[in-house]
Amino acid sequence: MSTYAMLNDLTKCIGCRACQVACKEWNDLEYHRTYFTNTRDNPPKLEAATYNRLEYNYLPDTDPALPQRWYYRRHMCLHCEDPACVAACPVEAFVKTEEGAVVYDEWKCIGCRYCMLACPFTIPKYEWKSWNPAVTKCTFCFDRIGAGEEPACSKVCLTDAVIFGNREDIIADAHARIAAAPDRYQDTVYGEKAVGGTAVMFLSTKDITLDDFGFRTDLGEASYPSYSWASLSKVPYVAVIVAALMSVIYFITHRRMPGAEKK
Amino acid sequence: MDKRILRPTPLNIVALLLVIFGLILAFIRYTQGLGAVTNLTDEFPWGFWIAFDVMCGVALAAGGFIIAGTVHIFNLKRYKPLIRPAILTAFLGYALVIVGVLLDLGRPWFVYHVLILPQFHSVMLEVGLCVFFYFLVLFLEFLPMWFQGIKNHAAYKALHALTIPLAIIGIMLSVLHQSSLGALLTLTKEQLSPLWYSPNLPFNFLLSAVMVGFAMVIFESQWSSKTYGRAIENDILKSLAKGCAIVAAIYFIWRMIDISMNGGWASMSPGFVSTWFWIEIIVGAIIPIILLIGPGQSNPTARGLGAFLVIFGVVLNRLNATLTGMIDQMGGMYFPTWQEIFISIAVVCAGILVFQAIVQTLPIFDEEVKEAEAAMA
Repeated sequence: MSTYAMLNDLTKCIGCRACQVACKEWNDLEYHRTYFTNTRDNPPKLEAATYNRLEYNYLPDTDPALPQRWYYRRHMCLHCEDPACVAACPVEAFVKTEEGAVVYDEWKCIGCRYCMLACPFTIPKYEWKSWNPAVTKCTFCFDRIGAGEEPACSKVCLTDAVIFGNREDIIADAHARIAAAPDRYQDTVYGEKAVGGTAVMFLSTKDITLDDFGFRTDLGEASYPSYSWASLSKVPYVAVIVAALMSVIYFITHRRMPGAEKK
Repeated sequence: MDKRILRPTPLNIVALLLVIFGLILAFIRYTQGLGAVTNLTDEFPWGFWIAFDVMCGVALAAGGFIIAGTVHIFNLKRYKPLIRPAILTAFLGYALVIVGVLLDLGRPWFVYHVLILPQFHSVMLEVGLCVFFYFLVLFLEFLPMWFQGIKNHAAYKALHALTIPLAIIGIMLSVLHQSSLGALLTLTKEQLSPLWYSPNLPFNFLLSAVMVGFAMVIFESQWSSKTYGRAIENDILKSLAKGCAIVAAIYFIWRMIDISMNGGWASMSPGFVSTWFWIEIIVGAIIPIILLIGPGQSNPTARGLGAFLVIFGVVLNRLNATLTGMIDQMGGMYFPTWQEIFISIAVVCAGILVFQAIVQTLPIFDEEVKEAEAAMA
């Protein structure tokens, strides 16, 4: 079984929102009543019933001769190769499957919400209004992958802005796209290396820096679990050292001095 | 001595009413969800219950392992009169922490999963297991008081034999989870202001827990001697105050060095967050160090105030590290609802009432312990 991955090519996205609709449909998520805001984003943010959201970015005109420039960025779980949520969870409610999906089992979850704090991309959301709440996020359509299908969002994409496949093929394809049009693309495949690599990757335009697009370029290439493991791996040593030290102190302070009176 | 289980003082009646009110709010929380009574959001998934009931609760219950170590391991016998009140406070303190956790967990009915589905790479698991097992240790350390109270001498003696191993295990578990509460926050690097964030957070939390452990024992001894009209154990509290001030001074100097190493001073700008930082440092560390080492050596009131300010400083430190310090960096603003605050107050009130009831019925303070031991001999 190979590890799957997904590529989002921001230069090809036309902002049709078919992926948003397909995601809601396949995962049977509640729809929102839409309302007018000062952006074109709708729904306005990721939340319990929204796993996938398009953010609309309008680049101000610098040259009136050029057409209006819109860029659309997808917000969703990036399905890290070594995910912080999996390491943070005390009860194995999060699992990275061998297909590459990071999936969540609500019947294991105790509701501590440490995953929400741990995720470097702040993806997991919570059912705040439920008496028996679950964490929610994109599932990579692991039920479709298991059946040999591709995820709903990449399946419906009209322009090949979202493609799905083996991770090696996807990375090769991404670099081929950059090589074919180096003046169009940022020379980075976001997610190839960030936080130890992610299954969902992005190609971005030269018109705007990754930072201005809201991509976290400050996260480094070490996986997040490696940070907490640094202190956690010392636990057995600390336990043994403290217990041994206390025992030694006990025997020193309680040894009977020669000539000391008996109790 | 008045042997009623609870004395109907006005304060106790208010406390009882608050507990009943808290139960009603808790019912709403369990039937309507966390969103119905809290201001928690996807941007601020941890709020007042984690910061106060758990982070502060665990720190304030540190007196148990500090005094157990002082008496049982370091063999400083003159502190022995303090050991039962300290163990009892820690036992009830951890019981309240567990109540707080069960209020905050989204699915508390599955909390036993930490025992049957453990994920050993999780700092949260380590904290959860240590708190659970330390609670068991404290229960076993408390049971002898119970058996002595009901005059079951055989059971008392059997458990009493475990005192030393329990003390050692208790210290080990305490060192682990006091520091791991800090380790929980080490992955909030992007959210937490460098005035509190540090790769050394585990050590900072452990050191401040030791400091507040001393302060809690001082404060509680003076409070109970006032309430129950017992003589103050003046000379041993004086030495404890000195110990507390020394640890507090080390903590203060270390925090200053630590913040410099993390570039906290450079990031500081006048405003809401830095104001709370300075209150924590000046009112919660500098002033009590002076009080405990100076006037507190002769004046019990100054000593009590010094201990109280150390407690205040550590409570503020935990609230700041979990909530205030994240305001600037997180997308959302969070302030607890009145329901969150009232439920926390109700939990504390329940603890104070149970503490009184136990003190009224079991041999906890020195004179009663000596009486009970004489009766057994």
